[in-house]
Amino acid sequence: MSAAVKADPADVAGSAHPLAQRRPLGDRVFQILALAAGLLVLVILVLIAITTTQQSTSWFSHEGLSGIFSTNWDPATNSFGAMTFVYGTAITALIAVILAVPVSVAIALLLTEVVPRRWARPIVYMVDLLAVVPSVVWGLWGIQVFAPWVQHIYTPIASGLTGIPVLSFFFGGTNTSGESFFTAGLILAFMITPIVTSLSREVIATVPAIDKEGAYALGATRWEMIRGAVWPHSQGGVVGSVLLGLGRAMGETIAVALVIGSSPTITSHLFSPGYSMPAVIANQFGEASGVFRSALIGMGVLLFAITIVVNLVARGVVDRSTRRARGA
Amino acid sequence: MAVAAEQPPVDLREPAGWRRTKNNVATVLMWVAFVAVLVPLGFVLYTVISKGAPSISGQFLTSSIPPNIMPANFGGMGPAIVGTLEITALSAVMAIPIGVLGAIYINEYGGNRVLARIIGFMADVMTGVPSIVMGLFVFTIWVLHFGYSGLAGAFALACLMLPLVIRSSYEMLRLVPDSLREASYALGATKARVTLTVVLPAAIGGIVSGSLLAVARATGETAPLLFTIFTVEATNTNVFSGPDTALPNQIFANATQPYVGAQARGWGAALTLIAIAFIFMIAARISTARFARYSR
Repeated sequence: MSAAVKADPADVAGSAHPLAQRRPLGDRVFQILALAAGLLVLVILVLIAITTTQQSTSWFSHEGLSGIFSTNWDPATNSFGAMTFVYGTAITALIAVILAVPVSVAIALLLTEVVPRRWARPIVYMVDLLAVVPSVVWGLWGIQVFAPWVQHIYTPIASGLTGIPVLSFFFGGTNTSGESFFTAGLILAFMITPIVTSLSREVIATVPAIDKEGAYALGATRWEMIRGAVWPHSQGGVVGSVLLGLGRAMGETIAVALVIGSSPTITSHLFSPGYSMPAVIANQFGEASGVFRSALIGMGVLLFAITIVVNLVARGVVDRSTRRARGA
Repeated sequence: MAVAAEQPPVDLREPAGWRRTKNNVATVLMWVAFVAVLVPLGFVLYTVISKGAPSISGQFLTSSIPPNIMPANFGGMGPAIVGTLEITALSAVMAIPIGVLGAIYINEYGGNRVLARIIGFMADVMTGVPSIVMGLFVFTIWVLHFGYSGLAGAFALACLMLPLVIRSSYEMLRLVPDSLREASYALGATKARVTLTVVLPAAIGGIVSGSLLAVARATGETAPLLFTIFTVEATNTNVFSGPDTALPNQIFANATQPYVGAQARGWGAALTLIAIAFIFMIAARISTARFARYSR
């Protein structure tokens, strides 16, 4: 038995011990079942990659690599360029992360460093309630209540900013329905706040008490303690949780499909209607066939690839920083 | 404040001036962030309740879905409620046992093995796979060959729940102290027996709670169902074949309807859906509070 591995009293298989031969069948069957269940995760991920890629090959051969990334999407003329949707996905996810991260990190700090333990629990429950509201309900609320309401805010902002160089570049343009990149980004921000908060909180909670007490002993205020002891320690993990929020925001479908405005355009105006990858898949899949359907599935493949990469990086960062924090 | 005449008072507790101001500003901002979250939450919950509550009645919960032009107090969401409950139950039956078994592999059999660590890591990554991709996956692997059905929808939801169940069950199994396992081995029990009769019962509160939260999450998912169950108006009691419907799909369809009646039924469906998700969440909390012996 090597020193690094914890001794497992039941692990007699493979040893010369007489018990090894007498390991009951049921015991072995159970181990194989458990292994199979674990392997299923890997099998599903591989199958997702294989079957969806297979179904999208006719898109790849129809458009070619340059066609896939063209901005021309017109099912009527069999043009299926995905760039507009990639742009919309990136923009809405970025807006969501920029809005949600400061709020989430602030709440995580509030929970870990400011409020007493028994107050933390109800606050966590309330933030988690945001995650209980289903995506489609956010969408219904977004299209029928929220978008018409923010429209009244967009119009004066847009007209007030005309002529100002940078701001009118982002916030100019006209909008008649309130359905826009920014509305989608706002709703995504509400939706990813719980996950970013809970992950940041987990990371921040690993900061050793001795570091914090040290900072206080030197006469630091709470804010100085957070800046000096908590932040350097949890920076990496918070970056990881932000990336996970980004991945979540990019894959979110129904809420975005309802409030983004469903107009395949690339524009810097955040108050203009746009489109995103998951939204176009959800909205147009029902009437699609042939290359059209293949293109939509292909967009799913792109989305899968992007979110897998984002998640791999994010999980790697989070795992490494929590492991380092635990001192292992 | 002139307290002492000879020696200036030294206040060791309170840092003065801008340092204190900065600290106070930071604290206030943290509370502002919390309020910033409460506002949309309150807004959305208030709207759903105030717009959805008038629709809810015995008739709404049981009768069939009328054509969209019908007025608000006509018909209901019966088929969609039946569909949601059936499909979610079926997916839970598939995902929870497999997920718990997977977690048992990672924690009880995996040890330091590379395979177990890869599976655990990939399960985490799998939680980040967009739900719409799961829908497309089940469409390509199942629907193209066997057609739309509630079962296909349940497959897609099960794919979403699986990594969540693995994650939460693993966390709970990890909390069970080794002394329990060692005591059972000392009595001569096999590993399977120890796991099933000692470790699992010790962690069951947390496992049930985590599984219920996964179910709650799956109930509200629309994207994976769009391409797997199709969306029909009629009741389909056979989950295993034929197009089906579910609450999220009906809400999605009704959200863009111009008819007041259809919109009202959409809000009623939204309230019903949130209520179902809520019940699962509260059940999860109760399970944690009552049955969890080891908690974080």
